[in-house]
Amino acid sequence: MKSYLMFKDKDFEVSQALPDHYEDLVKDLELDVMLKAMAAEDEFIHDISKTALLISLADADEILFRQEILNDCIKNPKIVREIYRIAQLAKENKKRRWMGIFTRNPSGVLSSAVQLMLMFTELLKELRKIANDSVDVFDSAGFKQFFTMINDELSDDYLAAMDDHLNQLSFKSGVWISATLGKGNQGEAYNLRRPKKKYRNFIKNIFYKLSAKVTTTSFMVDPRDQAGNRALSDLKDRGLNEAANALAQSAEHIDSFFVNLRTELAFYVGCLNLYDRLQSLNCPVTTPRLFKSHEKKHQFRGLREICLALTKDDEVVGNDIAGDDCGLFIISGANQGGKSTFLRSIGLAQLMMQSGMFVAAESFKANLCEGVYTHFKRQEDETMKSGKLDEELSRMSEIVEVITPHSLILFNESFSATNEREGSEIAQQILSALLNQDIKIFFVTHMYELANSFNHQHRDNTMFLQAERKEDGTRTFKLLEGKPQRTSFAEDVYHEVFQSS
Amino acid sequence: MESDRVMKMKTVLFKNEQDSQRLKESRPEFFADLNLDQVVDWITKNKEDYRLTPFLYTPLEELDAIVYRQEVFRDLEDKGLLENLESFAKYMNVVRRYLGVAKERHYENNKMGWHLEAALVYCDAVHKLVETLTQADLQSEGLKGCVKQFEDYVQSESFIQFERTSRDLKSELSSIEYNVIIRDNWVRVRKFNSEKDYSREVNKFFSKFEEDEVKDFRVDLAVPTGMNHVEGKILDLVAKLFPREFDHLKDYYHQYENFLDEAIATFDREIQFYFAYITFMERIENFGLRFCYPQLGVNDKTIHACDTFDIALAEIHRREDLAIVGNDFHLEGSERIIVVTGPNQGGKTTFARMFAQLHYLACLGCPIPGSEAKLLVFDQIYTHFEREEEIQNLRGKLKDDLVRIQKIIEAASDKSIIIMNEIFTSTALEDAIYLSEIILKKIIELDALGVCVTFIDELSTLGEQTISMVSTVDPDNPAERTFKIIRKPADGRAYAIHVAKHHRLTQDLIKERIEQ
Repeated sequence: MKSYLMFKDKDFEVSQALPDHYEDLVKDLELDVMLKAMAAEDEFIHDISKTALLISLADADEILFRQEILNDCIKNPKIVREIYRIAQLAKENKKRRWMGIFTRNPSGVLSSAVQLMLMFTELLKELRKIANDSVDVFDSAGFKQFFTMINDELSDDYLAAMDDHLNQLSFKSGVWISATLGKGNQGEAYNLRRPKKKYRNFIKNIFYKLSAKVTTTSFMVDPRDQAGNRALSDLKDRGLNEAANALAQSAEHIDSFFVNLRTELAFYVGCLNLYDRLQSLNCPVTTPRLFKSHEKKHQFRGLREICLALTKDDEVVGNDIAGDDCGLFIISGANQGGKSTFLRSIGLAQLMMQSGMFVAAESFKANLCEGVYTHFKRQEDETMKSGKLDEELSRMSEIVEVITPHSLILFNESFSATNEREGSEIAQQILSALLNQDIKIFFVTHMYELANSFNHQHRDNTMFLQAERKEDGTRTFKLLEGKPQRTSFAEDVYHEVFQSS
Repeated sequence: MESDRVMKMKTVLFKNEQDSQRLKESRPEFFADLNLDQVVDWITKNKEDYRLTPFLYTPLEELDAIVYRQEVFRDLEDKGLLENLESFAKYMNVVRRYLGVAKERHYENNKMGWHLEAALVYCDAVHKLVETLTQADLQSEGLKGCVKQFEDYVQSESFIQFERTSRDLKSELSSIEYNVIIRDNWVRVRKFNSEKDYSREVNKFFSKFEEDEVKDFRVDLAVPTGMNHVEGKILDLVAKLFPREFDHLKDYYHQYENFLDEAIATFDREIQFYFAYITFMERIENFGLRFCYPQLGVNDKTIHACDTFDIALAEIHRREDLAIVGNDFHLEGSERIIVVTGPNQGGKTTFARMFAQLHYLACLGCPIPGSEAKLLVFDQIYTHFEREEEIQNLRGKLKDDLVRIQKIIEAASDKSIIIMNEIFTSTALEDAIYLSEIILKKIIELDALGVCVTFIDELSTLGEQTISMVSTVDPDNPAERTFKIIRKPADGRAYAIHVAKHHRLTQDLIKERIEQ
């Protein structure tokens, strides 16, 4: 029994290795802010969502599969949250009641497995009821498949038979064990048997009779005979070992079914949590349109940077661009004009789209990419000028080790740790090489020299964006298309800071 | 059990029956001096049950008996044969173990059950042995003699009858199926009546939840070694339910209480002598050293050995992964005594030990260290090593030394081997030379073979019976021993020059240094 909600036909792997550069991604895109909103205090949702976001899907069908499911979730949030609650309850109940679960002897294994199974059975019944009621309400292929599976596998008959077995396995009328003679005539091949019907009541009678009179083929172990009673329970253990194992494994399997269900739903519940938050912040949400990785599309209206919205807990400005066919986006202009924010919104949107999520925009379409990489200036190392370029370049070299064609890379004031001429030269070398590999680049820079040289060289597929600055020096935090300018308006910021103080 | 058997039992270890009658139970006196005590310990490790030490304590005195064993060793160079014989040995080991179990069990039905198990494995062992030996291309008189004898045994009416009865009985007992019904402290035993396998049913019912591998919850229930009284009672009840089968068991037990054939049991023990030595030898061979079958002379004292080494040292070096240096020696014509001189720690004592070890191992009939050798069938080995613990005073020690050497000379014959290691070291040089010369002359008179390790160069030129061998050093770095013992005139002084040069203390060098 598999839930298959993250993929059509395979499990979502919780503990898969994240890409090497994921720490940079998380830090540079401030992903933690978004993940916190998704988690809404549920660590598990946090972790699953993080993995889902960082391990991008490259296959359009896989993304569409999730998009459909997510739309179902947005339409039926209560039901989805209820299913998630059931899965969570399975885990909590188990944890609360079966701390050290199974003991070291088969009888102990069996009795704790029976208890665990009784608890699971109740939850399976609840799940079955939901599935029964919801199969026609949901539209997505994923949910239809899931509900159908539950209805098929957990039929009324099956659930009834399960109750029956669990009752049997408490052996209220004695344990019936078969054996053969092994080496040295020692009993072996002990196995649990189901006595024929006519004996079931009979056993009771037999034992009643026995307690009065010992027959020729039976005996009683004196209750004070400790060794004898231990021998007896050892023997019973031999008979129960297989069945105990089977039941314990089943319990384990059902447990892992619930764990699996919880895993497969966590991401969607996270999306619901985020969705609710964004709604309250008047932030638009859209299902992105996907294009193949070699198609070079990037067009959106009103793209928001979610993390900024969540941090400010307020509405934020959206950006529009029509960047189809562009391989290089050079963003320059006013300090604190929203360049970094814009860069992050690009990265976040790409990751969200490629995890099957919605995107915070009025409309959004883009091509898929093979991977998202960030190379941001690291502020903290400011004191060590010489070492810093070195650090930047080695980070770049690590990226080059792993990056593939049709990836997306975001640079934020990279290679500015040295003088501009050198920095530009280095950046030019790197950017030209990446462009030749069909890697899409967003490059935030103050380096006029660099921006200018690309203006001459790669006119056709380069887009220049400027952080808007009004005549009076105020910023709109909007980016407009425009050629690089020599000044970065540091002066403005300087004044702003010094005037306000 | 046999009456139609070959009259005289063949054994794989002894060509001459009298050799098997004169086995020594205690260590030869010289064992510690030659480090053979360690070697025997290594060889017999984990094989204590076979009591192999008497075989290793008793060298053979006749050439044909030695060759008899060498031939068996050669046959066992066939890896396939060796492995098959080893699996026979493993079967026999099981047989003994089961018989041991049977002996110590209290419940009759359990005891007789283990006795039957032993018999079944014994039948397998016998077949394995006969099949192995008949299929092998045997050359040795020792093994060939055994084949014939064992073939007759396995084809005998009584063995066939014994095996058939054993197997029939086992299959009768194996087909018994019963139920044990436990409720609280009540136990009831019934015949099995095709009740449904409930483990399987449970397994099948819940299998839809089955996914990837999960934890195995089966508890590893140690199979109890004994039989407790509850199991004993259950078995008694089972016996009541199946009286025919258990009556058969009782009859069988009485008929075949002692089923082990003496010749098979003897072979099982004796073949271990070969296994043990081969195992030990192969470890050293795998370390890159060679063993060979020595030629042996009864009166001929022209002897030699090439690339040979101290077997005990080799094992120690193997364990520590240190190199071993091989050495050669030869004696011809009237040469009898090797006088070894040269720097200390250069391998002199090792060489002397080795000389005696080689002879000892050769006369056990074993392959010996080296690429090629011809040795003497000795009558006795005598060693004279310094014994620190017996020193009371110098006078006492010298006396003690002389007493010991006197006893040796008295007992030794022209077929003896005498090893003298640094005797009279604590004596004044002149006395030492004097005594040594006298003693050595006496040994020469005996016409015995020997090695004399000494610091006295003069001994090496005592007569045509003595030859000189010298432990050597790296000429460029005299501190570096080569552990090569070379046949050349004793030259204690030459070594001194090397050392001096190394420390820039030769006459010329000192002159130079002083003048500067």
